Amino acid sequence: MKIYATYNIKGGVGKTTTAVNLAYLAAADGLRTVLWDLDPQGAASFMFRVKPRVKGGGEAIIRGQRSLDGAIKGTDYDNLDLIPADFTYRNMDLLLDKGPEAKQMRKLSRLLAPLGEEYDAVFLDCPPSISLVSENVLHAADVIVVPLIPTTLSVRTLDQLTEFIAGFRGHRPEVLAFFSMVDRRKKLHREIVEELSAKRDGVARTPIPAAAVIENMSVERSPVAAFAPSSTVAKAYKALWAEVCELPA
Amino acid sequence: MTPGLAGFMVTGDEAVWDDVLDEMLAALAGAFEVVPDRGGPASGAQGKVPAGPRRHTWFDTFDWRLYRAGLFLEYVAAHRGGDLVLTGGSSASQQVTGWRTTRTYLAEELPDGPVANQVAGLIYPRALLPLVTIASRTTVSRLLNADGKTIARLLIERPVIGEAALPPRVAIAEVRGYLGQARRAARIIALTPGVEPAPDAAGAVQPASAGPLLDDALAAIGRRACDYSTKVDAKITAGMPAPKAVAAILLALLDALEANVDGVLRDTDTEFLHDLRVAVRRTRAAIKLLGDALGLSDADHDRFAAEFKWLGDLTTPVRDLDVHLLGFDAMARQLRAAKGDDLVPFRAFLEERRVREVRLLARGLRSQRFGELMRQWRAALGKIAGRSAKRGGQALTAGELAVGRTGKAFRKVSRNGAAITPDSPPESLHDLRKRCKELRYALEFFAPLHDKAAYSAVIGDLKKLQDCLGDFQDTEVQIEEIRALAAAMLDAGAAFGGSTVPAGTLLAMGELTAGLAESQQAARAVFESRFAVFAGPDGQRHMAMLLGGNK
Repeated sequence: MKIYATYNIKGGVGKTTTAVNLAYLAAADGLRTVLWDLDPQGAASFMFRVKPRVKGGGEAIIRGQRSLDGAIKGTDYDNLDLIPADFTYRNMDLLLDKGPEAKQMRKLSRLLAPLGEEYDAVFLDCPPSISLVSENVLHAADVIVVPLIPTTLSVRTLDQLTEFIAGFRGHRPEVLAFFSMVDRRKKLHREIVEELSAKRDGVARTPIPAAAVIENMSVERSPVAAFAPSSTVAKAYKALWAEVCELPA
Repeated sequence: MTPGLAGFMVTGDEAVWDDVLDEMLAALAGAFEVVPDRGGPASGAQGKVPAGPRRHTWFDTFDWRLYRAGLFLEYVAAHRGGDLVLTGGSSASQQVTGWRTTRTYLAEELPDGPVANQVAGLIYPRALLPLVTIASRTTVSRLLNADGKTIARLLIERPVIGEAALPPRVAIAEVRGYLGQARRAARIIALTPGVEPAPDAAGAVQPASAGPLLDDALAAIGRRACDYSTKVDAKITAGMPAPKAVAAILLALLDALEANVDGVLRDTDTEFLHDLRVAVRRTRAAIKLLGDALGLSDADHDRFAAEFKWLGDLTTPVRDLDVHLLGFDAMARQLRAAKGDDLVPFRAFLEERRVREVRLLARGLRSQRFGELMRQWRAALGKIAGRSAKRGGQALTAGELAVGRTGKAFRKVSRNGAAITPDSPPESLHDLRKRCKELRYALEFFAPLHDKAAYSAVIGDLKKLQDCLGDFQDTEVQIEEIRALAAAMLDAGAAFGGSTVPAGTLLAMGELTAGLAESQQAARAVFESRFAVFAGPDGQRHMAMLLGGNK
């Protein structure tokens, strides 16, 4: 089982749309896939028309009183399941903040381990911010996919994240950043994308353009590749997924 | 269909099937939005929902071991490879490649997987045979909730066999996490007139069993499930004239014998020959015990008796080799001094010899002599069965014959058994075994006339005694055979590349005979206690109840 997480400290950069589309493409490739919507806003759950509610609340799962397995919902797509968001996830930091510090960081890892028998790929859609939740996600993941808006500041954020992960003891996830919401009409966007893609390791060759079809995901309530498979964006996500797959295991 | 789904059948006349389905869809539309699943097969990570055209072929053993255990095994062909699907008491499915619907499969030929794990022990040593093939087309609809989320899938499968349509099958495929909604849909379907079976009272979703469809498919090709059994299945009553009853019993045995010939000729599995031999043995016993009641001339009686002895003898060499080969692994495991590999040449010798003996057996079963025996025996029995009852006089009835002959056989067993002492020679036990077999056959021939409980009690006592006597004699026979085979292997040294038989093999065979001798002694040691139970006060009482309570 390989665990992928979409993460950025900033909100509104395309984490959820990336998680939803990449999970869909992984499932379409035949991987048994589950997406865990960790964001209390429940946008990923909404995209799959699943109610953002977990029986017994998120607390029961984090405390181990209910298994993660029991919360899983089948989506409308082959090979793709979802663990919905729950409003109680807003307090997940408090729930994780118990026990010795070393163990706090690895609670999500332990919860995910049993899914290895049933799934080939797990996607974690992480809420923005730096918190115990996001630290747990970074420790649990094998690959962190980082959407970046082409601005100087967001490049600094990537540096900070890379440094932070470099400080991990033991398991360190691969980091792959990509440019999201790219507007080719903007000169700054073009320059930053071209410069960083060429100069820096860990930045994907494929940018995801800013496009109305992405906004339509919340109207269609499905992944782009499902409702607009021949769109430029669908093709871009496919190319990005191919790059993610190329990363060393 | 895919296991783990709620399954239903549309019943009634073909003319109403579409109306029933329309009514069901209208009822579902009251609770869910029902839309065609244009996206093709999709089902979450839990397994595929079958859609489109498919071919199903059912498999079972010749004696219906799966069906009798409440199991149904289908091979569902797909574009590449296919699936073995087990439904009924337990369900499982397994992808297979290169599976063929025109051949038979022994347990050891099944590809590893959950279906093979469940059926291998049940069918061994029988082969799975293809029973019947149907074509079907499945249409899939999605049931949506108010959010437009698929909460279950509705599958309507329309099977056909040749030109004939079979009743449609309806199934609900659950989407993970929406079991309650799937149950709700199943309840709605169950309430539609003309659809069955329903989920249970608790609303539990039942797996879609292939049983009813298999029954329909078999009926369409003029067969029925369990149309072969190893039991003597003659339609007799206590009041019918004895000659007619005996002819009916012998005709049933002849049917069983002939039913197995093709399987023996094809060498499909070892049990065809076993069952054929049982039918021959029973026939010979019936001719001996009851033949006088048939009213055959002495010449005919003796001729048929001699011909069935010939037939029995014809089948013995292959069966003896089968017994060795079937028990080979178990015997090899018991070796202590020798290694299992030492027996490899012995096994090779047995297998090679079997090929030769099967050829001889097949020649016998294809001979004019065998054909004539079957034809003349059936004609003679048919004549007796069709003869009208004698007018006037006191003709013997089947019930009277059963009591007389079974009682006599029981007394003979009791008398001979009581005369056996620890010093008696092995032959006296072998002879007692033959008498026990005669009694067993007499009981089985007239089974429909006996009270079931009394019959079971007597058979139970007798079976334990027979097992003990069987072990005693079979081990002795096997010891003698292994000695003879060892001699034959030495004679056929050329078969081992011109060299002599390896010493290790002969030593291992010697160890096998030592093990068999131990088993024989163990069987001899329990004989007295088994016989005491059978012929003691309880055994006598069981037999008296059986013969006194004749229906």
